[in-house]
This record gives sequence, C-alpha cells and structure tokens, in this order.
Amino acid sequence: MRRLAALVRKETYQLFRDPSSIAIGVIMPVLLILLFGFALSLDVENVPVAVVLEQPSPTASELAAGFALSPYFDAQELTSMPQAQQLLLQQKVDGIIRIRPDFARQLNSGTGQVQVLVYGTDANRARIIEAYAQGAIAQFSVRRAAEGYTAASGGAATVQSRLWFNEADDSHYFLVPGLIVLIMTLIGAFLTTLVMAREWERGTLEALFVTPVRAGEIVLSKMIPYFALGMVGLALCMFAAKFLFGVPFRGSVLLLTGVSTLYLLVALGIGLLISSITRNQFVASMATLIITFLPALFLSGFLFDLRSMPTIIRILSYALPARYYVNLLQTLFLVGNVWGIVLPDAAALAGMAFALLALARAVTTKRLA
Amino acid sequence: MLESVLRIVALIRKELLAVLKDPRSRVSLFLPPVLQCLIFGYAATYDLSNVPYAVLDQDRSAASHELLAALDGSGVFHRVGELYTQADIKTAIDEETVLLVIQIGQDFQRRLQAGRPADVEVIADGRNSNTAGTALGYVSAVIDQFNANWAADHGEAAPPLRATMRAWYNGNLETRWFMIPALIGTLTFLQTLLLTAMSVAREREQGTFDQLLVTPFRPFEIMVGKAVPSVLIGLVQATLILLVAQLWFRIPFIGSYFTLYAGLLLFLLAAVGMGLMLSAVVATMQQAMLYAFVVMMPFALLSGLTTPLSNMPQVFQDVTVVNPLRYAIDIAHRVYLEGAGLDQLIPDLWPMAIIATITLSAAAWLFRHGIE
Repeated sequence: MRRLAALVRKETYQLFRDPSSIAIGVIMPVLLILLFGFALSLDVENVPVAVVLEQPSPTASELAAGFALSPYFDAQELTSMPQAQQLLLQQKVDGIIRIRPDFARQLNSGTGQVQVLVYGTDANRARIIEAYAQGAIAQFSVRRAAEGYTAASGGAATVQSRLWFNEADDSHYFLVPGLIVLIMTLIGAFLTTLVMAREWERGTLEALFVTPVRAGEIVLSKMIPYFALGMVGLALCMFAAKFLFGVPFRGSVLLLTGVSTLYLLVALGIGLLISSITRNQFVASMATLIITFLPALFLSGFLFDLRSMPTIIRILSYALPARYYVNLLQTLFLVGNVWGIVLPDAAALAGMAFALLALARAVTTKRLA
Repeated sequence: MLESVLRIVALIRKELLAVLKDPRSRVSLFLPPVLQCLIFGYAATYDLSNVPYAVLDQDRSAASHELLAALDGSGVFHRVGELYTQADIKTAIDEETVLLVIQIGQDFQRRLQAGRPADVEVIADGRNSNTAGTALGYVSAVIDQFNANWAADHGEAAPPLRATMRAWYNGNLETRWFMIPALIGTLTFLQTLLLTAMSVAREREQGTFDQLLVTPFRPFEIMVGKAVPSVLIGLVQATLILLVAQLWFRIPFIGSYFTLYAGLLLFLLAAVGMGLMLSAVVATMQQAMLYAFVVMMPFALLSGLTTPLSNMPQVFQDVTVVNPLRYAIDIAHRVYLEGAGLDQLIPDLWPMAIIATITLSAAAWLFRHGIE
C-alpha cells in the first residue's frame, strides 16, 4: 500500500510537471468545451435569402413579408431573377424564393406556385432551409384561407409534430453530452497511451521492474492519477453543461458518475494495452487516435445516426465502447433513468472494462519475466 | 543559383527516402487515408435510410391505412410495432425502440371526408434533435404526397398554393456529396501536419539537425527541402482519396482537375508551413505530436466539416480566417460539385497564399533562431 501511494505520488508530480500533459489534460478539455458550447451548432438561423418579386402586387408583397419577418430568414428583396442567381453563385445568399409575375392571378385561380431554389452543396443545411421555406409558405396559405381569400383546401392531413426531450430544438442538447465522451477518451486513452509508451521507450519501466513493486501496482499507479484527471474533466463538463449552456440533466448524478467510471476504466484499459503492445510513442498515439478518438466522433451516434449506417459499420460500432457511453449520456441527460437502456449499456461497458484491464495486466506481467 | 537548386534537390531526395524506405511508415502514410475515407464516407451522413417507427392508430380506417402504407412504401420508414395506449408511446420512445411514433386520431377519416383538416400527431425522440428534425421533414413530405393523392382521388381541387423545391449542385441533397470532397482536405491536413511537425523535431532529437545547420545549406534551402517532400506526399494522399470518391462512391466531379490541384497545392503549402513552424519551436517528437494534435482539433472543428461556418457566432467566424482547412474544404466543394474556376476561387486562394508565405518564412527563420 505504501509502495502504491509513493508511485501514485510520483506519477502525479510527473503529470503536473510535463507541459504536454497539461496541454492534453487541461487545455484541450477547456478548449473543446468552449468550441462545442459556443462555436458549433447545427441550428440554422438568419439564413440569407433573396426574395424575387418579378412583379409587385399586394399578394406577392404579403408573401415576401412572411419571409422578411421570419426569424429563420434574413430576406433581401430583389426584382430580377438573374440578379438573385448571381448572388447565389457568389454565396451571398443560400436560397432564392421566386414569386412569378402573375402570382396573384394564378393564386386566385387555384394554381399558385412559388419556386424555392437552395444552395445544395451542404445538403443538411439545405434541407433545413427547404423545410423552413415550406413552413413560411404554408403559413401564408393558412392566413389567406382564414381571411377568406381562397377556399380552404378541403380535407388534408396536417402534421402536428412534437420533439420529446429537446423541446427547444437546440443542438447543444446533444452536442454537449457528446463532448464529455470526447474529453474522457482524450484523457483516458490518448494521454495514458502517450505516457506509458514513453516509459517503455525510455526504459524507465524496466527500471521499475527491478524494484520490489509488483506489476499490478505499476498498472494501478499509472491509472489512478489519470482516472482522477478524467473525473475532474467530467465535473468540468457537467458544470459547463448546466451553468454555461443550460442543458437539462434529468437522470441521476450518481448513475452518471457510475457509468463514467466504467467508461474511463475502458479507456484507460485501451490506453495501457496499446502502449504495452507498441512500446513506441508515435505508433501508439496514431493507433489510439484511429481506434478510439475518431470513432468516438464519427461512429458513436453522437453526430450521425447509427441506424442509417450500412450493416457492416453498424456491427463494427457494437465493438466500440464510445457507442454505449454516448447512448447512456444522451439518455441520462435528456430523458432520465431509463433502466431498459442503462442496464444493458452499463453491462457492456463493465464487461469491456474487465476484459481490457485483465488483458493489460497480463501483458505487463508477461514482459516482466 | 544552380548549386542552390542542386542542394535542394539532394535534400528533397534524402527526405523522401527517409520517409518512404521503411515499409511500415509507407503503409501508415497511405493506407489510413483510404480506409478512413471509406469508413467515414459511409458513417458521416446526416441522411436517414432507416427510421423505425410505431403507430397508435385510433381510427383504423381506409384513410389511416392508406397513410401508413405511404409511409411504409417510402423505403425509409420501418414499422416495428402497433401501440394501443398513450403509455406505450413513452416506453417505445424512452427505450429507443423507435425514433418516431405516429398517432392517428379516431376521427381522421371522418374529418378528411368532411373537408376539414385532420391532425396526425408525430412524436419524435429528440435526443439527437438533428436526426429527429430530418425524420420529421421526411414525414411531412410523405404526408404532402398523401394529401395530393387524396385530393386527386376524391375529386377535390388541389391546394391553391404549391412550392416547388430545387437544390443546386446536389439535386438529391445527399450529405455524402458534401462530406467526401471535404475529406480530401481534412484527411490530408491531419497527416501532413503531423508528418512535418515530426520531421524537424526528429532531427533535433537525434542531433542530426545541428549537422544540417553546419553544412552550406541556407535556412531557406532547408525549409524548401523539408516542405517539398511533405507537399508531394500530401498530393498523393489527396489523389488516393479523390480516387475513392470517384471510383467507389461515384460522386460526380464536374470541375477541372487543374483547378482542384492548384487549390490543393496552395493549401498543402499552408499546412506544411504550419507544421514546419511547429516543428521549429518544439524540442522533442512528443511535444511536436501533442502540439500538432492541439492545433488540429480546433482547426478541424472550425472548418465547416461537421457544422456549417455560417451557424457560428461572428467571433468564431472571424477566427477561422487563419484556418487553411476552411478554404480547402470550400475549394473542394466548389470545384467538385459546382465546377467553379480559378477566378471564382480567388477569395479562397489569397488567404492561403498569405498563410503559406508567413508560416514558411517564419519556419525558415526559426530553424536558426528558434531553439536555445
């Protein structure tokens, strides 16, 4: 026990004296919190659009006003189509709403048409803009019908949509929990890999092997400081989520701490294992980046929907611990303690943690002989 | 002059040999970009191809069946269950069995026949609100189609106002067409930055950089000799990703290769300049790697790859003017999908030229003055 405490103290000193560890363990998490909280957003607002009124009429102006007043659009009125197309080509506007010269007459005869042209390169954004434009046009129709200008269009099914768990439709609600996964991966796997691989490379680990310290104690002493740093990162994120970004937390904090412990153990296990196998800083850090960090961003369901990925990639994602952790975080933050999700996901993480740590311990012992 | 060129050529040859003669490092330079492009090309999409939903149909009429058949026939929606009570909705959504629940009220058909609006309630799992929003958009499209069919079948007039939608450059609005060209810039950026950041640091750590400094090489020549091989490797990586995009994903390329490569060349010079500058100020390979990583993350996140630049607050948009990746992604999109020519890309090209000039000359100066 005294041996372990001494080793942990040595690791902690080393952690705080190394500027590169501070860069990854402290500066990166703060930077990521700021970027995810303030810079990244998938919510589309104030889209610059050109509204082309080819022939002014009260009806056409009323429709144009609908776009001008909408908080989603930043509308600019023009009178000619080529001018608007020029703006679209120069990326000054992201869309064109074209109201044709005989719009008022056509509308009265029941064949009104509005053309919506969007800049489609960024498909996701374009689709959101299309939906907003559709909404603004539909509102105009409803208003006209209510004012008795046009007959209501007969029976039609109307969609009443409700977004559960994220009533404000704010993308930070899922970006901020996802951020925790990235930070835990960074500290747990990336930093640990680097530090362990350095000791292998420099031979200082072998120097430790000739002391009375047991292999298990070495592994533990490496884990404890980074585990603590990871937990500090988690606390920081929770604090930022609640007070800086106003993301609701509906589950239990105890449960969150529990599953985060499990994920951190998995990450540490991966880090220890990779560094013991490669024993080279460069290869180890590249491997960690490719095995843990990039999949946590792309294949975990944090940004992109897993259900829509091809089967092979979906099967691959089941082997990734980040997938379970993202799911747990999103549920605990926004929904609550849903046991049907918490139990299987936590069990998967616990299984992975146990297997990886046992393996890491085994690899370290074997090299000792 | 000629001597200088000969010296530079010799240095370039030596650098290329140093990187490429080891089979492990050859593989690690060219295999990951291709694999990542394949995996992320499939994974990084905001489009939905499989939306599981459940239905609470309280009407059970011909009209409600027609509506559900339209959903099932779309190929995107998969009905995984029938619900019978309101309480079922909560379980189905909470446990992620479904992404959507469609609730049809008991007077759905009666209201339609009476010519009144009939509500269809759609409840979406908002844990990922972007996915939910996209799914709701798909439902609206299906229901619009249903309304048009219903009106036609029942001899009603079509609604007096219709909107026709058209998207330029990406007619079907596929996210993949957006993501993969962006990966050409992103993946080469990550790799070349790391490669160059390590290059001088490695020589410093091994002590060979001091030897290089006492040779007749001028700092400028060392800089060129270090920069050119990395740019060449970056161009090969970009070509590999381009081949995957064209031959595997078959994304139509409508621009000119000359324009694309001209843009990529400037971009790689800027990226390599940043890498060399980093490399000149650090003492060890480990520091080089870590600082490269600390630089890469914000640059990749603030490049418009995952979330649009125009959604960011003005302050962050202003910060991105020093980010070469931002311009490279824009160039890749505009050449690839829009067929933009060099004259249209000038707003993207000159900032990269400035970044490249500043970082490369700073690196050359730092080689001699940076350390100690």
